[in-house]
Amino acid sequence: MTHEKMILAIVTTKGETVAGGAPIFLCQTNEEMERIAANLEAILDGIAHELSEGLLIIVKH
Amino acid sequence: MNEYTFPILYGVIAGVVTRLYLLRTDYRQYPTYLHGRTIHLALGAIAAGLGTVAVPAIMEKEFAAITFLALAASQFRDVRNMERNTLNELDQYELVPRGKTYIEGIAIVFEGRNYLVIFVSFLSTLAYLVWNIGAALAASLIGLVVARRFMSGSRLKDIADVQYVKPHFEGAGLYVDNIYIMNIGLPARREEILRYGMGFVLTPKNFNARTTIANLGQRQAILHDVSTALGIYRDSGTPALVPLAKRDLNDGRVGVFILPQVEDVEKAKAVIENVPVLESAIRMPAKQRWKRRGGGGDDA
Repeated sequence: MTHEKMILAIVTTKGETVAGGAPIFLCQTNEEMERIAANLEAILDGIAHELSEGLLIIVKH
Repeated sequence: MNEYTFPILYGVIAGVVTRLYLLRTDYRQYPTYLHGRTIHLALGAIAAGLGTVAVPAIMEKEFAAITFLALAASQFRDVRNMERNTLNELDQYELVPRGKTYIEGIAIVFEGRNYLVIFVSFLSTLAYLVWNIGAALAASLIGLVVARRFMSGSRLKDIADVQYVKPHFEGAGLYVDNIYIMNIGLPARREEILRYGMGFVLTPKNFNARTTIANLGQRQAILHDVSTALGIYRDSGTPALVPLAKRDLNDGRVGVFILPQVEDVEKAKAVIENVPVLESAIRMPAKQRWKRRGGGGDDA
């Protein structure tokens, strides 16, 4: 099965707000979150989208 | 050498010249190289030959020969396939792809131009044989003008107004004017986008244009043309840096977001204005018959 769009990873500083099937990266600070998200973006060839303050998802388009 | 030698020679030359004239390499960079051009010149020469010999064949009452013309003409349909396949293959490795609609448009044009060549050659030879070389020259010239008219479709500036708007962020959302483009999560990317990005708003001039520029293929063609002409601030592995065109659902305006390497607003605007309106994207809802009967429906 191929997915047109899917969440590859979740990067967040608020661990309590997320759960589910995608890998979740818990971070302590916003800087750490941005750094990890930037790396994941390059590695996974996905785009980091901000859902709310402190919650980023990496999406493959 | 017989009475047909010079008319045939003339017809073939007229055809090839027409093909050469129609085969311009412009900023869209296609076909760029000698080999691509050779293919089209060779096919053009064959088309010219076909158009030319049809005339003496009719005059000699060789009607069977004419049926071969139809047979051979069907071969030109393969030109379309060839172009489509080549461009589709190449498109996978473009940073900003042309899109299938643009490719189909190019393929149609390549097929169509061969028929124009047949037409010009046919007319030239006919005029040569019926009258003289002077008439033939006039016929070729008329053919060339007609071909040129067929060749140049309309441009984006004919159907829409292009206006520069600086893109901005509202939270993570990237906007061109009030049109939402995409969500960018990383502050570093947002800075890059504000630094290199440019926004343009296309306002359709009428209802038909609204549907035409809404076509996804037409929008992709705009993005491709701008990226080809002005370069693109993007690489594989930076999917967030992607030029996009989104639509305002309320009034049909299209917001175009681009990341050109040459930061020249005027040039970018000129390029967008000169993007061809793709044949397959043109819609004419205002030309519907029931609307015209109703009166006042045709706002084109």
